[in-house]
Amino acid sequence: MSRDLSPRTKVVLYGVLLVLAIPFVFPTWWMVTSSLKPISDIFAFPPQLLPVHPQLEAYQRVFELQPFGRQYLNSLYIALVVTVGTLAVSALSGYAFARIRFRGQNVLFLVVLTGLLIPSEVTIVPLFQMFFKLGLIDTHWPLILVPILGAPSVLATFIMRQFFISLPAELEEAARVDGLGRFATFRRIALPLSRPALGAVAIFTFLHSWNLYLEPIVFLSSPEKFTLPQALTQFVDAYGGPMWNVQLAAASMTALPVLVVFVLAQKQFVEGLAHTGLKG
Amino acid sequence: MSQTDIRVGGATAPPTPARARPYWTSRRRDHLAGYLFIAPQLIGSLVFVFLPLVLVVWYSLHEWNVLAGTFDFVGGENYAALADDPNLGSVLRATGLFSVGLVVLNLGLALLLAVLLNQKLRGTIVFRTLFFSPVVVSLVAWTIVWGFLLQDNGGVNGLLDTIGVDGPNWLRGEGTAMFSVIVVQVFKNVGLNMVLFLAALQGVPAELYEAAEVDGASRMRQFWRITVPLISPTILLTSIITVVGSLQVFAQIAVLTQGGPGTSTTVLVYYLYQQAFQFHHFGYGATLSIVLFGIVLALTVLQWQMRKRWVFHES
Repeated sequence: MSRDLSPRTKVVLYGVLLVLAIPFVFPTWWMVTSSLKPISDIFAFPPQLLPVHPQLEAYQRVFELQPFGRQYLNSLYIALVVTVGTLAVSALSGYAFARIRFRGQNVLFLVVLTGLLIPSEVTIVPLFQMFFKLGLIDTHWPLILVPILGAPSVLATFIMRQFFISLPAELEEAARVDGLGRFATFRRIALPLSRPALGAVAIFTFLHSWNLYLEPIVFLSSPEKFTLPQALTQFVDAYGGPMWNVQLAAASMTALPVLVVFVLAQKQFVEGLAHTGLKG
Repeated sequence: MSQTDIRVGGATAPPTPARARPYWTSRRRDHLAGYLFIAPQLIGSLVFVFLPLVLVVWYSLHEWNVLAGTFDFVGGENYAALADDPNLGSVLRATGLFSVGLVVLNLGLALLLAVLLNQKLRGTIVFRTLFFSPVVVSLVAWTIVWGFLLQDNGGVNGLLDTIGVDGPNWLRGEGTAMFSVIVVQVFKNVGLNMVLFLAALQGVPAELYEAAEVDGASRMRQFWRITVPLISPTILLTSIITVVGSLQVFAQIAVLTQGGPGTSTTVLVYYLYQQAFQFHHFGYGATLSIVLFGIVLALTVLQWQMRKRWVFHES
């Protein structure tokens, strides 16, 4: 619908876009600036768009009240392991479903795809019991194994399969004629070509793990095992009320690094997600 | 493959007659490769998706109190208890309200933003980045900030005050709590659907609009008669993703309202969590899981059926 616009229409459109941007941008601004305010200025009226008495005390308190560095590391390493694991599992099975002919292929693909209809919220009660029996409650195993092998990786497999189907098969056939085995063909020919799909899967897998909340609060109980989303809700005073500036400091430290990475790589982020398999 | 009687025994095997073939034909190798490639996914699905699904059905037939250590077969009693549960009506209403509100607001806003960003304007990439940015912000961090903004004396009411409006206590009011939770979630994830819509809009051929222009069709008419039908596959896809996602909402409720005030924002997953992990009624929690599964299944089948009727064409 790209038609030339009159200058007047342009001004109106910019105005509309600017107003619409407020609820997307202001919360982040308010989070960071409020985390720099003393607690007495947090609810000051009129609202202080910039902190009048800026200070870093809240950031110090974050590390005093919780093993926050440890929790940060937990979230980071779990998300990275889950991302690498999901890429391996979904690229392998996506490739097989797209390229290799084997008996029962279509039925097995449907079986795997059924997982899309069974989100882990549905199975959280038996999953808890299974990991309880295995003695893996209050460990990170459930947060690693279920996303890599369970329902969350099914969408990744679907996207990888769609991508491999769209790749021209000639290169791989040439490699096969040259005597390369299935795995070597996959590893050396198909995988390097599937970078865009792998990138998109990596991004949404990382974010999915990074955002998990129900699973950590069900499976984890000791603060040094907590992940970030769970840790963020722990900054409360003796009466259970939130310590706003401390909570916002922790939230800022959680949100800002990912935001910075996103802004630097936003083209790959947005276009990768839009153009890979997810497209109708 | 019937010629399996003649085996080839490794490198030292004598030359076989031309008629005989080794056991590992390329066809067999392919079958094996296929199974090996999908093995992690398939075994994973069996252990972490289908086994728990069977168990959840089994559990739902039992009265199970972890604290008391009881696990007794009760048949359909948990299902009968659903009918007597005074909260269930309110929980299903809250779940439905959240899903419908979220899908309508999310898809509506996503489409509006995508159409705006699809205009010939400088700087649309900057706006695209801004609208997309909450998608990458940690869900709980985003929710905490909005919880802070929506306090009675928080940022939103502070801003409203400066223009002379006396804002309500958003998260504590019966009428406003659900609305607030929906809006927070819409701003969090609308960027994802916006990007998918934008990609779809860019695939609509410009000639169609030019032809419509010649025929004197208004912009509105062009939107409804050309744009919407042509991007209908994307509308269906985003609505499925958004509906299924809306049924999984948990963190937002836990952080913003804890299901309150009353039970007005207690959606199904939150109720399930309370029953199973706070009140330790695992059997009833499993029964609620079946209800959730039934809803997800029914909605997906329904939307798949709608695809046949409404979606304009499929690639």
